[in-house]
Amino acid sequence: MPQFAKLKVGDALPERRRTADTVTLFMFNAAIWNPHRIHYDHPYTTEVEHHPALLIDGPLIGDWLSQTVLEWLGEDGELTFFRYSNRKAAYVNDEVVTGGNVAAIDADKREVTLSLFVRDKDGDNITPGGARVRLRA
Amino acid sequence: MEPLLTPEIRSAIGRSLPPLKVEVHRSDIRKYAVATGQRLRKYTDGDEAPPLLLFGLFRPVVPRERMRPDGIQEDTALIPVLPLKRIMAGGVETEYHRPIRAGDVLVATQRLVELYEKEGSSGPLIFIVTENRVETEAGDLVAVERTTRIAR
Repeated sequence: MPQFAKLKVGDALPERRRTADTVTLFMFNAAIWNPHRIHYDHPYTTEVEHHPALLIDGPLIGDWLSQTVLEWLGEDGELTFFRYSNRKAAYVNDEVVTGGNVAAIDADKREVTLSLFVRDKDGDNITPGGARVRLRA
Repeated sequence: MEPLLTPEIRSAIGRSLPPLKVEVHRSDIRKYAVATGQRLRKYTDGDEAPPLLLFGLFRPVVPRERMRPDGIQEDTALIPVLPLKRIMAGGVETEYHRPIRAGDVLVATQRLVELYEKEGSSGPLIFIVTENRVETEAGDLVAVERTTRIAR
């Protein structure tokens, strides 16, 4: 719950660990109606498309990243812009950490720009992102 | 090397689909909220949709016989048949103008914004950029979403 007057560039958002098992992959792909086999068919994924394991959907990782912003924001403002870019794959049961920090503050508009990351076990930012939020007066 | 994107394929850039209408149900929001591990009450109760629910809201629903062997539902009405077949998520950027709530009836206009090719580390890639402009039935702007997919 950010207090606008106290925010500083560089302030960190709370981090959250995330992982997707096969049940989560099933639920997410059912929810978005995505029958792409690389998210649930292990023999097809490894033998035909030659991935090491089932892939976590890029948009699921994007959603996890958006939650970093939404949970920090709570009811104190609104999300006006969000972007993410899937740069490196994550696989079923991999653990990643989502987080970010304040990149810019526009006092007149009460707008905050955030820089976001999804870090994997190698320390790579597999899904960089950004967001803009407007805090209520 | 010959470009993968022929003039015929490139002629699809800029085309749009007739508007699609979708009703947002509380049960859809609740399922998405569980699947994505939301913790805010307004999402888990299904009153308001997590902003990224938009990604799946207007995805095509095609009969089984029209799905590809890999399970992808090819949306040839918007994206032309491409010479590269393996599709990966690239990313999404969205401007949000108003939250989506249970019971909303939303209208989306989808447009093919861009197709371009790049040489990747393991071969050529085609980038497919689509835009989804979402409004309420009354014409109020809800969100403008740009999605990038990568074919390899």
